Amino acid sequence: MSALASGSTAMGQATAAGPSYTAPTTVDDVIAAMATGSRVVAGGTDLVVGSRQGRWPVPEHLVAIHRVNSLRGIRPVVDGGLWLGATATHGEIAEDATIRERYTALADASSIVGSRATRNVGTLGGNIANASPAAETSGPLMCFGATCMLESRNGRRELPLDELFSGPGRTVAAMDELLVSVSLPAQPAGTGSCYARLEYRRQMEIAVVGATAVVTLDGGQITAARVAITSLAPTVRRVPEAEAALIGSTGDRAAAERAGEAAAAASLPIDDVRAAADYRRAMAAVITRRVVQAAVDRARGETVSIPASASLHGAL
Amino acid sequence: MKYSATLRVNGFSYPVTIEPQRTLLSVLRDDLELTGSKEGCDDSECGACMVLLDGEPVNSCSYLALQTLGREITTVEGLSTNGDLSPLQKAFLEAGGVQCGFCTPGMLISATALLARNPRPDDEEIKASLSGNLCRCTGYTPILAAVRSAVEMTAG
Ligand SMILES: Cc1cc2nc3c(=O)[nH]c(=O)nc-3n(C[C@H](O)[C@H](O)[C@H](O)COP(=O)(O)OP(=O)(O)OC[C@H]3O[C@@H](n4cnc5c(N)ncnc54)[C@H](O)[C@@H]3O)c2cc1C
Ligand code: FES
Ligand code: FES
Repeated sequence: MSALASGSTAMGQATAAGPSYTAPTTVDDVIAAMATGSRVVAGGTDLVVGSRQGRWPVPEHLVAIHRVNSLRGIRPVVDGGLWLGATATHGEIAEDATIRERYTALADASSIVGSRATRNVGTLGGNIANASPAAETSGPLMCFGATCMLESRNGRRELPLDELFSGPGRTVAAMDELLVSVSLPAQPAGTGSCYARLEYRRQMEIAVVGATAVVTLDGGQITAARVAITSLAPTVRRVPEAEAALIGSTGDRAAAERAGEAAAAASLPIDDVRAAADYRRAMAAVITRRVVQAAVDRARGETVSIPASASLHGAL
Repeated sequence: MKYSATLRVNGFSYPVTIEPQRTLLSVLRDDLELTGSKEGCDDSECGACMVLLDGEPVNSCSYLALQTLGREITTVEGLSTNGDLSPLQKAFLEAGGVQCGFCTPGMLISATALLARNPRPDDEEIKASLSGNLCRCTGYTPILAAVRSAVEMTAG
């Protein structure tokens, strides 16, 4: 209970009578509220913004999770991987030294979400749970082999991120399941990564087309590769054909082009106000090729500044 | 159901009784009558509603008022001291960074946060930190000049 809140109703109890709000400090209290139908709000940059745009009303029963300490932060774990709390903000991710060095594609992604104000309150958990086919962080997370921890009154379960999304705006998580954290495994030595989007302006933009590449070089050859596409299918998804095109190559331009063609072939783009489907498919090849080349450059220890979207601009 | 709570704005405590769906902007303007923060788009695109929450910019049009309990809010009204404009505010007036004035509160909030964390930003940093603030009048050049001149005034 906040010291500044006055009166017994300050932090709220759901009443059948009307709207309710609670802002607990523990995961147990959050999942108890979710079990009785309250909807999670973190930064509100999708949930509340969507209501201001008239897409849906602000849910009647809200549980705010910004006060739960155990959902916060970014921490290295013993096996060399990384733990990210669900309420880690894009601003924190973009500035985290470990992420910039070892999970660079994720820093590329978070640093171009909205504006500074969006990144200041917008969270990783919200970006994932909102399940937009254009969500910036999903491609990098998938390519790094992320798993997410879900918790409800029925217990916890851990799920690979690429099994979470079931359609635009839809996940396999139940309504009463809280996304607690995301874990990234350690990446092998010689790994470089990059995420970039085709954008019409540098900030306050939604990916017209996005692509992620994570490659591992050993003795000048690509020994492991992961590629994902964004804004090109009903969900962000990996492209195994593009990955296969890279493995065994030196990561030269020809291999990057083959990966780009595979990404374009795997795309199921839509026509909308931002781009025609044909244009999206054509650009899938270009953006994928660029991120592969930048990931290879980074794997070799060369500097490609973060966010890559800005530095790859015009790099035809 | 309404909730009673106390908001901390510009160093003052304001008791309010509000529904949980209310945004911070609507409470600031309609309940506290602090009308400096503007409603431009009401969906987080323009930055006219920007305020500082614990020193960092937030679009108040899409942030729930109850989520600010226990935290410090600064609106444009809180940038001056005893009626004296801040160096940044003076620079905006002198450089012609204010025309219709609708974007000005948000511009000042973004620029204030920038200068607090980085007293000597370069042009790229200034532009990036103002990228969530739209202006329909000035063409941005005088706003950039205003921030630059405030940097010179305060960082020497
Ligand atoms: C101006 C603007 C620009 C934007 N630009 C981008 C962009 O460039 N790229 C991009 O990807 N996104 C962008 N977004 C979207 C948004 O900012 C991000 O998706 C952000 O990460 C959402 O996080 P949040 O904490 O604000 O989510 P909220 O709005 O609080 O929540 C979003 C959804 O997730 C649910 N949820 C939140 N946390 C959890 C949890 N821990 N467990 C279960 N469910 C949860 C909520 O119930 C809600 O349904 C933009 C938004 C705005 C307003
Ligand atoms: S009114 Fe809030 S961003 Fe436009
Ligand atoms: S001065 Fe009119 S919108 Fe900026």
